[in-house]
Amino acid sequence: MLRAVIPPLGKGADRKARQDSVMPTAPAPDLAPSVLPERFADWFAARGWQARSHQLEMIETAQAGEDALLIAPTGGGKTLGGFLPSLIDLAARTHGQGKTRPHRLHTLYVSPLKALSVDVARNLVIPVEEMGLDLRIETRTGDTSAAKRQRQRAHPPDILLTTPEQLALFCATANAEALFRDLRRIIIDEIHAIAPQKRGDLLSLDLATIRQWAPDASRAGLSATIADEGGLARWLVAQPAGGDRFARIVRGEAGARPEVEILDPADRIPWAGHSGRHALGDVYERIRAAKMALVFVNTRSQAELTFQELWARNDANLPIALHHGSLSPEQRRKVEKAMAEGRLKAVVCTSTLDLGIDWGDVDLVIQMGAPKGSSRLIQRLGRSNHRLDAPSRALLAPTNRFEHLECQAARQAVAENALDGEPLAAGSLDVLAQHIMGRGCGDGFEADALFDEVRSAAPYAEIDRETFDRVLDFTATGGYALNTYERFRRLVKRKDGRWLARTPQIAQRYRMNVGTIVEAPMLDVVVSGRGRGGHRLGQVEEWFVEQLSPGDTFIFAGQVLRFVAIEEMSARVTRAADADPKIPFYQGGKFPLSTYLAERVRDMVQHPDQWGELPEQVRDWLSLQASRSRLPDAHGLLVETFPRSARYYMVCYPFEGRLAHQTLGMLLTRRLERLGMRPMGFVANEYAVSVWGLRDLSGLDFNALFDEDMMGDDLDAWLAESQLMKRTFRNCAVIAGLIERRFPGQEKSGRQITFSTDLIYDVLREHEPDHVLLRAAWQDAAAGLLDIRRLGEALTRVKGRISHVGLDRISPLAVPVMLEIGKEPVYGEGHDSILEDAADELIAEALRLD
Amino acid sequence: MTDTIADHAFSLAGEAAIADAEGVLVLPDRGVLVVSDLHFEKGSSYGMGGQMLPPYDTRTTLRRLGAAIARHRPRTVIALGDSFHDRLADRRMDGADVERLADLVASVSRWVWIEGNHDPAPPPQFGGEVRHTLELGGLVLRHEPTEGAAPGEVAGHLHPCAKVRGKGRAVRARCFATDGERLIMPAFGAFTGGLNVCDPAFVRCFGGVPGALVMGRARIYAVAAKSCVPDRR
Repeated sequence: MLRAVIPPLGKGADRKARQDSVMPTAPAPDLAPSVLPERFADWFAARGWQARSHQLEMIETAQAGEDALLIAPTGGGKTLGGFLPSLIDLAARTHGQGKTRPHRLHTLYVSPLKALSVDVARNLVIPVEEMGLDLRIETRTGDTSAAKRQRQRAHPPDILLTTPEQLALFCATANAEALFRDLRRIIIDEIHAIAPQKRGDLLSLDLATIRQWAPDASRAGLSATIADEGGLARWLVAQPAGGDRFARIVRGEAGARPEVEILDPADRIPWAGHSGRHALGDVYERIRAAKMALVFVNTRSQAELTFQELWARNDANLPIALHHGSLSPEQRRKVEKAMAEGRLKAVVCTSTLDLGIDWGDVDLVIQMGAPKGSSRLIQRLGRSNHRLDAPSRALLAPTNRFEHLECQAARQAVAENALDGEPLAAGSLDVLAQHIMGRGCGDGFEADALFDEVRSAAPYAEIDRETFDRVLDFTATGGYALNTYERFRRLVKRKDGRWLARTPQIAQRYRMNVGTIVEAPMLDVVVSGRGRGGHRLGQVEEWFVEQLSPGDTFIFAGQVLRFVAIEEMSARVTRAADADPKIPFYQGGKFPLSTYLAERVRDMVQHPDQWGELPEQVRDWLSLQASRSRLPDAHGLLVETFPRSARYYMVCYPFEGRLAHQTLGMLLTRRLERLGMRPMGFVANEYAVSVWGLRDLSGLDFNALFDEDMMGDDLDAWLAESQLMKRTFRNCAVIAGLIERRFPGQEKSGRQITFSTDLIYDVLREHEPDHVLLRAAWQDAAAGLLDIRRLGEALTRVKGRISHVGLDRISPLAVPVMLEIGKEPVYGEGHDSILEDAADELIAEALRLD
Repeated sequence: MTDTIADHAFSLAGEAAIADAEGVLVLPDRGVLVVSDLHFEKGSSYGMGGQMLPPYDTRTTLRRLGAAIARHRPRTVIALGDSFHDRLADRRMDGADVERLADLVASVSRWVWIEGNHDPAPPPQFGGEVRHTLELGGLVLRHEPTEGAAPGEVAGHLHPCAKVRGKGRAVRARCFATDGERLIMPAFGAFTGGLNVCDPAFVRCFGGVPGALVMGRARIYAVAAKSCVPDRR
């Protein structure tokens, strides 16, 4: 029997005991658990537990038919809080009914990760079995067999645990209404992770559809870290016409304050770079002292590098493993299993282990590099020590001097429990197009009714009828002014006013392409064995492989590999003995993270009285900056100019993150070009932008140069031509169904369109610049990739507050960004300059005299 | 697009030739402009299959072709096959585009449609003459290139593209493939993809990877075979 406080689980803890730790409850003060039926009260008592007050509140809320957003820290019994109302209701309904009771879907559980659904299903079985409830609990994910799917439709379980994509599939099949008619409850786990994404838009629309069939089903959202509580409380709930509705917010009691320590390394802290090499000796010692550590990094390349470096100094042969999204699922499953069995000492991982799956008994979380946001850090902290009464422990290991500032800011934010995160935005039009098509592939829809339905989904509450009609037209015929496709339309309107897919084949193809996750083209990495075949290590982006020459070495899956050749859809490699890979930076595909800590960092830099907790090296560096130049002003913008080896540099420090800075660099360069200042290039890092050219920039009117009007025409002109915009367009085109990735019989060939979507983008922009798909791409680019919103706000903030310092040499603060020059691609006319280099080679060869 | 388009003059089997950055070949001594693989209505052919691509590729192709003709003022235009993406292409073409194409054909003294595999019988409604091959002095113009040596041949069909690797990234662009003796034209159509010049199909014609006259933004870049890299597979 377990006790009130769950004992720490040691090596070899059995699965059952570990699972208990996922849904613990703690002794609560004498709260009359009147809402708890006897059987449940007995179960709690038998465990020596009492239901937590938020769990009881969730029961009351559900019984009142209200929707609830449960915010409780990890280890606070959140999942059980979500399911208790269902279990209680189901216990009453099924009592004494025996094996032959009818199959009716009662509760739907949706999570962003299929692994999470599987994990929760496993854990849910425990209270159900111990209370002797006769319930059917099943999962349905992309991995579920066709036979099982069919059986689930004919004989649904009481509780189905699934993903947003599976819901979209349900909505796109005939007779879905029959399946959902008896649904009483919908639980959305890790709601903060789903809602701000396109997957959240899709889920929100599917919930609106299911509501038509099961109007009385109540909703519950679960999360540990929510910055915008009001926004998510609204997101969760069906919106009435012309008003806002919110879910009731239910709070769990706060856990023990986490202990966040920042590593003050013995070695010199680097000015720039993200390797963290200088700190790994200390990190290794901490791993050795811990029971099990998770070492979080921000990119896959960092994961590979850190893993490599830790093993290089692993004299004690500690079992240290690697886990990231590009590794093959088999490799990842192996690591997860070893963690669960307590066989590992540390796992180096990326965000793949962020969310609430608990693979083992972690007692230390190490974050390499800045966590970029307090919510992210708290989420990661939650991976350690699943007990409310004991603090989670984290060690932050900044990789350079600026990151010390950012880590300090993150620690402050965690101490204040100040959360941050991606703001909720209006729903994407490409996702709406996908959903409309899906409804046409199911039982069909009437346009007026679907419009109302769509507007009940919070992200689309504000959409106007004209936009909706344009998206509908796009879905049916492509939505072009030139009415070429009338005869080939994908959706047709029947005489009774219902819109339906024109043919069953069209519907079938749609269902094969459901979802909003568009991956970059990937190649398998296969290690050649003796003879034919080989061992698959995982996948890398096609573009990365394309820049390799045979013989080049790179790090992947924790090993140095030598590239041999590309064969079919895979990159053939052999294991290399080299210690140093030739291609050092495998920038794991993902876009760099934005920081949510900018304001705190700016504030800290300006105020020396806040430097107390920084390492001496960092303090000295800032003091030197204050004496040589000046410290950036928290509410303004510091701009420095200085000459250096026959060039003139301008460096500014907005602290807004690499994405916003790249956009700023591009816009500044265009503007300087127009002023005749002959800029030659720029480079951006997380904190600063440096622009250089052939003419002295110190005499410029900087308030005019940084005026926010650069966000107008300059931005439009640049964006229209930019590669990022084209990539965004491709994603929108795939999600909206303009391009289908998979056809029956040729899954995943990815080669249906034999030419680049860039050509489609160019032609569409030339002839129909206001096409709804271009509008969707534009919205995406503005909100996401380029951090345009953030840059716009920054320019507004510093307007009229630009302070310029003319220097005769580089300032201490400028060093990090200047060190990036040469490492980062310099933006500008990259395309033709590569051709020019190649052509020059030819000329040189032709002119050579030997 | 661009303000000025720089031409690249070269010699093709002893004949003076100009490759322009928009992808047309000019034989200045003969007043001839050659363009290949227009693939009119490729977009709408996808539309028939349920992928509603923008039906504007014909319009873009015509605009660019019109500009090239206005710039080079040829007496003769030769469309080197696969001008129409399929047999029904002209029937799907928008009325305004039909008119534009007919006007273009009428604007030069001679217009020749070479037969391609996509359009073995180019539609007659636009005017111009239809040929399987055409000889011009020492040059032979046909749609599909001949495998093995074929000095003086100008063909299309393969849609050559070259991929050039720079520091940390690569550029892939359409190109003219030539060894100075024969030429394979880039595809001109707005929705035409490309085949890498390192592909065996080119090797069978040139006996090795050919040199590439690569279409940059505003000019042609001559790139040696050794600087071209293959795509995957």
